[in-house]
Amino acid sequence: MSVVVPGDKLAARKVGGEMVILSAEDSSLFLLNEVGTAIWEAADGRRSIQAIADALCAEYDVDRATALADVTEFIEALAAAGIVSLSDEAAV
Amino acid sequence: MTASLMDRVRDRAVAERIPIAVHFDLTYRCNERCVHCYLDHEDHGEMTTAEVKDVLDQLAAEGTLFLVFSGGELLLRKDFFELIGYARQLQFDIKIKTNAMLITQSCAERIRDLGVRQIQISVYSHRPEVHDAITKVRGSLERTIKAIRFLRTCGLKVTVANVLMRQNASDYHGVRALATELGAEYTLDPTITPKMNGDTSIVALRMPEPQLVRLFKDSEIVGEGFCGVPAAADAETLDGVPCSAGHIACYITPYGDVYPCVQFPLPSGNLRQQRFTDVWRHSAQLNEVRSIRVRDLTTCPSCTHVASCTRCPGLAYMEGNMRGPSSADCDKSKLRAGAAGAEGASL
Repeated sequence: MSVVVPGDKLAARKVGGEMVILSAEDSSLFLLNEVGTAIWEAADGRRSIQAIADALCAEYDVDRATALADVTEFIEALAAAGIVSLSDEAAV
Repeated sequence: MTASLMDRVRDRAVAERIPIAVHFDLTYRCNERCVHCYLDHEDHGEMTTAEVKDVLDQLAAEGTLFLVFSGGELLLRKDFFELIGYARQLQFDIKIKTNAMLITQSCAERIRDLGVRQIQISVYSHRPEVHDAITKVRGSLERTIKAIRFLRTCGLKVTVANVLMRQNASDYHGVRALATELGAEYTLDPTITPKMNGDTSIVALRMPEPQLVRLFKDSEIVGEGFCGVPAAADAETLDGVPCSAGHIACYITPYGDVYPCVQFPLPSGNLRQQRFTDVWRHSAQLNEVRSIRVRDLTTCPSCTHVASCTRCPGLAYMEGNMRGPSSADCDKSKLRAGAAGAEGASL
């Protein structure tokens, strides 16, 4: 199962509860809301989309099917923006 | 970078008093001897590798995202790459300020691989004889240009920083053209500050007024609307803070001293004796800086230029009163308004 790997040219910091992500490659800036921040923090390079959805279910009152759909959509958006990738190998 | 998103990040940092931007000089040693430099290049006991790493840990914990590493010439530190690598592990956004004299092709590749976002490089003139006379190092322009090419070949974002003074006052078009040729961005700054030790002798190097006016009227360089009749000050202006120094930004010296800004040498704590969080949250000096609103300044609130002035609280502090005017900025404001008047008269 593929794991979600954050890009290695990113700066990231939680500012006022929201994750700020800045790409060193093109200076693009992303500001994630609370749930996006939780997903980002769970995407530690070792978890799959399914495992991230499980982590979200543990933190929020949400059913797994909804969490999985939301996480999938969100990770796909992050991947399209080039700030995460899906890999068959876990990040070290 | 999206401006509105950046504004949101800045607003959040202000609301929660997060030191989102820190300028950290890793050394004051330098391989150039620029005539206008405000630093003492002797090493009086720089923080060790372990001490710097500990400070970086503390900054990350306090919420710092934007980190400027500068000097002196920071590539003179033998642990330069180790510290950059450590800072990147902590997910800081990193900008490096350097003269680039020591950057080789392999250095440029390592900087790229570490994920540094931006490198700012000082270039004083496109003419070697002028640049080298300012740095007092023969061949320095040639080496710096070579390094910029290495960095650009690696796809790195380079900004050419053109500090203007008496010696190079008319060279900014040439430096800008050089930056364009190199694929670099360009920024200029006509600010010459007194030395950190209070010596004001180098202030005499500031651009003479006629050349400053010519610069201010050069819309190709400064953009449209730079000169003009000052806007009237409203309550929002007067209730505002003079700048971000001490509010969401600060400066750390190679010896661990904390100041509100690199241009505002108000000793506010020392990281060899105190934790950063204690300095940031409880320093009486930083809290005093934070308490000042534009309406609290001694003469500025009644000045017609207050809404558009670029008054630097640090320069005011170096003149003797952090609530007073910064005379260099007073002069610039008046010149900007005067330049607009002259323009209007000629139309």
